[in-house]
Amino acid sequence: MCLAIPAKIIAIDTTNDRATVSVDNIQVEVSMALVDDVIVGDYVLVHVGYALNKIDQDEALKTIALFAEAGLSSAP
Amino acid sequence: MKYIDEFREHSLAQQLAAAIKQEADTDRTYRLMEFCGGHTHAIFRYGIQDLLPHNVEFIHGPGCPVCVLPMGRIDNAIELVEQHDVILCTYADLLRVPASQGKSLLKTKAAGCDIRMIYSTQDALKIARENPDREVVFFAIGFETTTPPTAVAIKQAREQDLKNFSIFCNHVLTPSAMQAILDAPEPVSIDGFLGPSHVSTIIGSQAYEVFAQHYLKPIVIAGFEPLDVMQSSLMLIRQLNTNRHQVENEYTRAVTRTGNVKAQSLMQDVFCLRDEFEWRGLGLIPKSALKLNENYAEFDAELRFQLPAIKASDVKGCECPAILRGAKRPVDCKLLGTVCTPENPMGSCMVSSEGACAAYWSYGRLRGAKAKRLSA
Repeated sequence: MCLAIPAKIIAIDTTNDRATVSVDNIQVEVSMALVDDVIVGDYVLVHVGYALNKIDQDEALKTIALFAEAGLSSAP
Repeated sequence: MKYIDEFREHSLAQQLAAAIKQEADTDRTYRLMEFCGGHTHAIFRYGIQDLLPHNVEFIHGPGCPVCVLPMGRIDNAIELVEQHDVILCTYADLLRVPASQGKSLLKTKAAGCDIRMIYSTQDALKIARENPDREVVFFAIGFETTTPPTAVAIKQAREQDLKNFSIFCNHVLTPSAMQAILDAPEPVSIDGFLGPSHVSTIIGSQAYEVFAQHYLKPIVIAGFEPLDVMQSSLMLIRQLNTNRHQVENEYTRAVTRTGNVKAQSLMQDVFCLRDEFEWRGLGLIPKSALKLNENYAEFDAELRFQLPAIKASDVKGCECPAILRGAKRPVDCKLLGTVCTPENPMGSCMVSSEGACAAYWSYGRLRGAKAKRLSA
């Protein structure tokens, strides 16, 4: 039930606090009632029709770098 | 898909597996509880357990809201539609959960009652607007991830003056369940926790600091993708190897220390703590669940329809309660795969897409059984 998927914001309707997001080219409308300061092009986690949080691109890249780093430490 | 494919990358998984193998001390075991059913399914779906050395074990936790809901609450929901003729709106996970007398919401719907599967609380509000002459009840369930959307719906129902809308509230709290597991009279041996992904986006990593400090258990907040689970396991192994017990955050792309403050304040505005709540497997836990506070009590279906507390017994032989505590594995249950299957579930852990029994059934039901035979 806690599953949420990353979706890209493609349009925001500020009049009713809703946005159109795209997941693998499928578009759905979600509520933005739980997030502030997001803009078109941002990625958000979508859960039961709500954007829960913005995804931090810099942190995502850092995490992927950490995976690779762990691999290096185990190299023969 | 962006933010998914990169976190399932095969060669990085192999590298992480090699790092874990190298750093795990062969003279000890690492018993790591993954709290969330989402992690349990990632572990089985992607074969993570097979990539790790034998002394790194995953203990499956109670983080599946459908699984921990006692049967009496499903009986209550059936009473709502059978005796009060309401339109009951529910998330799909709940439909096949066994209730008393062989019933379920799905069978009750098939018998003619008005039960509607919805994706979002917004759908429930729409149904209430379209049916002003009917009472519409939303079966609210879930941990802190799913609670803020219910809070938004309640506030909108107030703004839109939807007098025919109410919720049957079953929202529960993650830290309370974690504490119940650690405080159990015969606690399961756990060396560290893989902390929740999306619950933590809301409550923040600081919510777990008390467990690291008081119970001296390391906790790593872990994303739900397979590389997240592997990296987090490595971080736990490193903490245990150096006798550290801290809250670390692997899922930094979505989780901060303070969490989603806007969602937290919405929850605080709408809900208050129940004195106690019954959890399947964990029993009565004080201050572990939410109800609508006084200001929003008019939207509380339990009050509106005066629902009684129903004590119901699980199916005989079903090991769901012990599995939810981490005391048993699904392969320890005689019903698994014999009389209990996803088509004909005996316990909730076989129903939910986050349930441990459903994970064993779908992705590796024989894996644990084989290990058991070898060690016997």
